[in-house]
Amino acid sequence: MNIIDIRSKFPTLSRKVYGKDLVYFDNAATSQRPQSVLDEWNRITAESNANIHRAVHRLADEATQAYEQARDSVKVFLNADAREEIVFTSGTTAAINLVAFSYGEAFVGEGDEIIVTEAEHHSNIVPWQMMCKRRGAVLKVLPVDDDGHLVLEKLDELLNEKTKILAVTHISNVLGIVNPVQDIVRICHSKGVPVLVDGAQGAVHCKVDVQDIDCDFYVFSGHKLYAATGTGVLYGKRKWLDAMPPYMGGGEMVGNVSFKETTYAPLPMKFEAGTQNFASTATLKPALELVNLLNNNELIKYNDGIRDYLLDYFRNDLRIRLFGVPRGTSDEKIPLFSFVVNGVHHEDLALILDKMGVAVRSGQMCAEPLMDRFGVTGMLRASIAPYNTMEEAEYFVKCLNKAIDMLI
Amino acid sequence: MTLIEAENAIIEEFSMYEEWLDKYEYLIELGKSLQDYPEEAKTDDRLIKGCQSRVWLDYKVEDGKIIFNADSDAIITKGIISLLIGLYSGRTPEEILSSDFSVVEKIGLKENLSPTRANGLVSMIAKIREVAGY
Repeated sequence: MNIIDIRSKFPTLSRKVYGKDLVYFDNAATSQRPQSVLDEWNRITAESNANIHRAVHRLADEATQAYEQARDSVKVFLNADAREEIVFTSGTTAAINLVAFSYGEAFVGEGDEIIVTEAEHHSNIVPWQMMCKRRGAVLKVLPVDDDGHLVLEKLDELLNEKTKILAVTHISNVLGIVNPVQDIVRICHSKGVPVLVDGAQGAVHCKVDVQDIDCDFYVFSGHKLYAATGTGVLYGKRKWLDAMPPYMGGGEMVGNVSFKETTYAPLPMKFEAGTQNFASTATLKPALELVNLLNNNELIKYNDGIRDYLLDYFRNDLRIRLFGVPRGTSDEKIPLFSFVVNGVHHEDLALILDKMGVAVRSGQMCAEPLMDRFGVTGMLRASIAPYNTMEEAEYFVKCLNKAIDMLI
Repeated sequence: MTLIEAENAIIEEFSMYEEWLDKYEYLIELGKSLQDYPEEAKTDDRLIKGCQSRVWLDYKVEDGKIIFNADSDAIITKGIISLLIGLYSGRTPEEILSSDFSVVEKIGLKENLSPTRANGLVSMIAKIREVAGY
């Protein structure tokens, strides 16, 4: 499976913008979808559109099967112990909100402490802030250093008997550095503190084994992993999910309902209230099949070459300040590059690049605390997917240089 | 030059640029030529919401005419506000309010700038109108 075969699976990649070939480098926000994902969504919607789980008729059965097969695929993908530990949500944000609410209700009280890191996306900050406000708890922050690495030495200082949970990103959507989540989990567990790992980027770029990491929760989104938008996964160890109250009440999540008392459905349905986004969620199966296909040595070597080429460029162009710099080998970093160009506004660059056919992200990237940490109002971010080519990377560098020349 | 004449002149000027990058070159030059905006006037109450970049708009009234001054930390945005100021500054409120502000659409800026940017542009125009109608 070479790069041309891979690209041919993604209809969007062959389009033009402003008469130029599209170079899509905003993959960390949303990846493009392969035809297999579009076909699956279309098949379910056109042929098997019925409410899942409850009805006994044929269409409902087909829709339910597609939905539950996706759960099996995710279980294998994460190497979870049981399919009951896989809860479907609308995305990473919804999954974190679920844990922050339900875990908070069960385990967090007045004066307790929650730890997040300085590198988090707003989605892994705000739900915890809301929970702290509700429960009278305090939010603590593990800092990052100037190169964008977590300052692990500070973790011991932050952890104490009041700490109830730590939430950390596997890979920051700004820094692109792979955090040592396994070490963090080991340290936290030695103090009896569970860990939630935000895998929005990690699930895309790392081989995730939740039993190996030993994290208590792992969350990710489908839309960054080639599946349909509005899909997400919460993996939680059964002992926690069992002990947490439901997040939302309604259909599907109940055992028996009466006006006196309602009992809840067993896992995972307990956390899947209301009609689920089944047609989209089912696309996780073909999406994860594609992930398997991408996981071949030839392609990985090619992708690493693109990453190293861009890393080399960003490190050596003196006009550019790169955020998230590997200290050891380049394998510490995913092909995601957030940067500023001295004396040039990120928005100007993004606008000009857009007209050259290059899609990059500009702004605060949902990480305002991190922007403050580095003293910038925003950044530009180029994030590369396995379907991007070396030619695209070279074209991007050429365009970036031209844009800088226009602006300086 | 009346406001309508000035607007038409800008529309004609932009029609000469077929390539987007040429339009941007022009806006960048305009942005660079915008007169100095005092640092102390970069206050929150002069800040216009809706832009990814920051825009400050200030004004004063002289002989019944409104004099606008503005700045931005992004140069293309600065070019756009420079263009707007060139059109609307130094005119009476009646003149300003007589415009339908369609010049922005006619030179293709509204639809071809990113939605967040278009919002900023809309906010800028709304602010100019608000000042004139005050």
